[in-house]
Amino acid sequence: MNELLALALNRAQLLGASYADVRLLHTREQGLTVHNGVVQNANEVENDGFGVRVLVDGAWGFAGSALLTPAEVERVTAQAVAIARASALFLREPVLLGPAEVHQGSYRTAYQIDPFAVSLEEKLALLLEADALMRQEPGVKITHSGLVALRKFQTFASTEGSYIEQEITETGAEIQAFAIANGEIQRRSYPHAFRDQRTEGWEFVQRLDLVGNAPRIAAEAVALLTAEPCPSGVTTLILGGSQLGLQVHESCGHPTELDRVFGTEAAYAGTSFLTPEKLDGFRYGSPLVNLTADATIPGGLGTFGYDDEGVPAQRVPLVREGLFVGYLTSRETATKLARLRGLDPAQARSGAAMRASGWNRLPIIRMTNINLEPGTWELEDLIADTDDGIYMESNRSWSIDNLRLNFQFGTELGYEIKGGRRTRLLKNATYTGMTPEFWGGCDAICNEKYWQVWGVPNCGKGQPSQTAHTGHGAAPARFRNVRVGVIKS
Amino acid sequence: MLNETEIRNLLHHVLARSQATETEVVFLGLEEALTRFANNEIHQNVAETQGVLAIRVALGKRVAALSTNALDEAGVERALEQALALAKLQPENPYFPGFTPPAPLPAWSAAYDEATAAATPEYRAQAVGAVLRYALEKEVNASGAFRTSRYAWAVANSHGLFAYTPTTLADLTIVAMTATSSGYAADAAWHVDAVDVAARGREAVDKALKAQNPRPVAPGDYPVVLEPYAAQDFLDFLVNAAGAMGVEEGQSWMSGRQGEPLMSPAITVVDDATDPALWPMPFDFEGMPRQRVEIVRQGVVGDAVYDRLWAGRTGKVSTGHALPPFNPFAPQLAMGVYGPVPVHPIMAPGDAELPAMIAGVERGIYVTRFNYTRLVHPRDVIVTGLTRDGTFWIENGELAYPVKNLRFTQSYVEALQQVVAVGRQQQNERGYFSVGRAPALSLGSFRFTGATTF
Repeated sequence: MNELLALALNRAQLLGASYADVRLLHTREQGLTVHNGVVQNANEVENDGFGVRVLVDGAWGFAGSALLTPAEVERVTAQAVAIARASALFLREPVLLGPAEVHQGSYRTAYQIDPFAVSLEEKLALLLEADALMRQEPGVKITHSGLVALRKFQTFASTEGSYIEQEITETGAEIQAFAIANGEIQRRSYPHAFRDQRTEGWEFVQRLDLVGNAPRIAAEAVALLTAEPCPSGVTTLILGGSQLGLQVHESCGHPTELDRVFGTEAAYAGTSFLTPEKLDGFRYGSPLVNLTADATIPGGLGTFGYDDEGVPAQRVPLVREGLFVGYLTSRETATKLARLRGLDPAQARSGAAMRASGWNRLPIIRMTNINLEPGTWELEDLIADTDDGIYMESNRSWSIDNLRLNFQFGTELGYEIKGGRRTRLLKNATYTGMTPEFWGGCDAICNEKYWQVWGVPNCGKGQPSQTAHTGHGAAPARFRNVRVGVIKS
Repeated sequence: MLNETEIRNLLHHVLARSQATETEVVFLGLEEALTRFANNEIHQNVAETQGVLAIRVALGKRVAALSTNALDEAGVERALEQALALAKLQPENPYFPGFTPPAPLPAWSAAYDEATAAATPEYRAQAVGAVLRYALEKEVNASGAFRTSRYAWAVANSHGLFAYTPTTLADLTIVAMTATSSGYAADAAWHVDAVDVAARGREAVDKALKAQNPRPVAPGDYPVVLEPYAAQDFLDFLVNAAGAMGVEEGQSWMSGRQGEPLMSPAITVVDDATDPALWPMPFDFEGMPRQRVEIVRQGVVGDAVYDRLWAGRTGKVSTGHALPPFNPFAPQLAMGVYGPVPVHPIMAPGDAELPAMIAGVERGIYVTRFNYTRLVHPRDVIVTGLTRDGTFWIENGELAYPVKNLRFTQSYVEALQQVVAVGRQQQNERGYFSVGRAPALSLGSFRFTGATTF
C-alpha cells in the first residue's frame, strides 16, 4: 500500500477513529477554447492531493491537503479527527455504515485513442476549422468551440481493508454559434448545450464530426432570429434526446438522491418529493417509463469501477414501468433507509453513488448515468403520429423547485408539428409542468437506435460546492398535455 | 499556508526559470473550513488546504495557462515546460495586451481578520450549536453551513510587478423547516465577529414558524415586496452580464443601451472593492488596481467592467476586474471564458423601512428569497425561478398569511422600471465569485407564472 495512505489510516485509528478512508488523487486536465476565430484559452491543470474521512464517536470529519508529505498526512488526519470530535458535540444519531465493504481491485476507462496523445496542432486545427465554418454564416456574431481532456488517477484505501486504484479518462467537445440582431439573441449548440463529454478517448471527438455539423448549427442560429415565438398553450410535446436527458437529470436523478430525501441537502439544493413511504408504490410516470441508475455503461460520463466509498459500480432500477422503486444511495443512507423500513440494516447495501469532485471534497450522493430506457418507436413514426404539438431540443434554461416537482425548461429551438409533420421553426421555446404529471403523460419513447448517453459535466451540489460529471441515456419521447410558451410576448 | 515572503520567493523563482517572452504567475492559496448541519445536527464538517500556481506564459502573442499545486522545484519546472509547449503550438492572439506593467497600488488595509483565520472546528460547532438549540426549542428543523476561510492571493510578472494580499471571509446560510414551511437567513463578512450566527438562526427559525400552513395563491401579476435576499438575485443577474465581453459582443442587457434611462431612477448598482463593509480587495488577478464602477446610475445604464484584454480591444482602460485563469475558490478548475466580472456588487440603499414598504402595498406578495433562478432570455434579463423559505400574502398593508411558493417568469429589467421603494437596510450575501449587498425592494408588478403544492 502507498505509504501515505497507510500512514493516514493508522494515524486515524490511533487517534480514535472507528472507521477511516483516504483518497489520493492526481488530476490532469487540458482545456482548449476558440472564440470568434481566436484561441481564447489553452490551459492545463495538474492537481494532486489527498482527503481523509474519519468516523469518530459516530460523527464524520473530513480534511484534505495538496501537500503530499508524511508530516502533512499526519497533520491533516489529526485535523479530520478533531473536526469529527467537534461534529460529535451536536450529533443526534450516530452514523451507521452497514456491512463492511472490503474490495481490492482496479478499474481503468477503456479508450482507443488517448486524448492527451493527440497533438495540440490537431486539436486546435479542428476547433479553428469548425469555428471558421460557423463564421461563414452571415448573421452569426459569436462563435465558440472547445475541447476537454481529463484524467484522474485515484487510490482509495479504508480501515476495513479496501485498496482500489482507478484511472478515469474523459473527453469532451462543443461548438456554439450565436446570432444577434435587433435585440434578439439566439444560440445553437452541438452536440448539446453543456458540452458533451464521455469516459472515452479521442475517438469520441472523431465521431462527433464537429466540422460537419458547424454549418448546420450556424444556419439554425440565424434562422431562429426570424422564427416565430413559441405559442402559449397546452399541447403535445416531443423532446429530443439531449433535452430529455436533462429532464431526467432534474426530475428523476436529483429527487432519487437519498441524502436529499433525508434532509441533509435541505439548506442548499433542497429535499425531495420522493419520500420513503412512496417507495415501491408511488406512480412516478406512465407504464412506459423505466428509469435506471447505471454506472456500468461503457463510455457514460457517470461510469466508473468503484464509487468514492469503495463500493463496486452497479445498475440500480429507480422507476420500473412507471412505479418508483429505488434510490441513489450511500452506505450510511442505505442503512438508515433499511432501519426506517424495518429491514435488517446489517444487510443494507449501498448502490454505489457516493462521489467527490476532488480530493478536497467529502463524497456525497451523486448521479451516475441516470437513464430513461428506450421504447419502441421510430422518430419519424412518432412525429407522423402526432397531429398537433411541438418538438423541442437542446437546453437553454432550466429551473426546478427544491422538492423537484415544479419545473420549467427553455430550449434552443422548437418545431411546430401539424398533421404529423414538422412545420415552422419556433424560437424562445419553453415548457413547464409538475414531475409526476409530466411523466404520467409520456405515451411514446423512441427505440435504442435513437438512444444515447449524454454527458452533463456541470452538476452542482453540496456545501462547499461540488461539480459532478453525470450521464443521461435518453431517446426522443412524447408527452401529452404539457404547458408551453411561458415567456410573456 | 505560505507567508508573504515565501510566496514572493516562490513567484520570483517561477519568473526566473521561465523561458517565455513574458510570464505572469498568480498564487491562489486557501484554507477553507465549513461546518454543515441538517436535521438539527452537524453532519458534514470539512477543511481544505491548498496552494496553487496559475502561470500564464506568452511567446509574443501566443499565450497559454497552466495551474499546478506541485510547488516544489520539479513541479515548477514541469509546469513551465508544459505551458511553453502549449504556447508554442498555437496561433497568435492578436488581442493579447501583454501583462501588467508595475505601478504603485493605492494604500489599503487588507481585509484580513486573525480571528476568522484562526477559527477552529469547535468555534464553528459552538456557533452552530446556538442555532440548533434554538431550533430544537422551537421544534423546528435547522440546516445550513457556516464557513470560515483564509486566502492568500499574489500576482507577479516578468515586468517586475508584485502584489500580495491576505484575506479572510466568513459566510453563513441557514434554512429552518417545519412540516409545512421554511425560513432563511444568510450573511457574509470578512471578519467573523460581524456574522451573528445565533441571531441569524433565530431569524430563520422565526420565519419558518411564521410561514406555517401556507394557502394557495393563483399565479398572476402582483406587486411584490422583496427582502434583501430576494433582491440579491436581481443584483447577481445584472452584474453577471456587466462584464465587457458580454456587453461588447451584444449578449448583455447593457449592450447598445449605455447612457439610456432603462430602470427606475431609484436604482443604482455599483461594483466597489473599496467598500469596507463588503470584502475589500486592492487589485485584480492581473495586478491591476480595482476601480469603483457605476453599472446603473439612477436608472441609467452605466459602465461595463474591464480587464486588460477587453480594455485593449475597445480602447478603454482596465477597471481591475480580471479573474484568474483558474477559479480562486477551487483552483483545480480552469476558468477564462467568463471575461471580466464584478465581484463586489452593491445595490444602493433607499430610505424606506421594510414595515413601511409592506404598509404601502394594498394586495401583493412578500418574498423572502428566490430559488433556482435561471436566465430564460438575456436581452431584458428574463429570469425564471421560484419563491422559497417564507412567502406571504400582503393585504391592506400587512402580512396577512403565508402562501405556497410560486414560480415566476419575469424580466428583471422591466421589474426594475416599476420600483415603488428601496429599503434603507442592506444585507451581505456570498455568491459564487462574489460577496454582494442589496436592499429590500418594493416593485409595482411581478409576473408569477406557476404554483407549487408547498
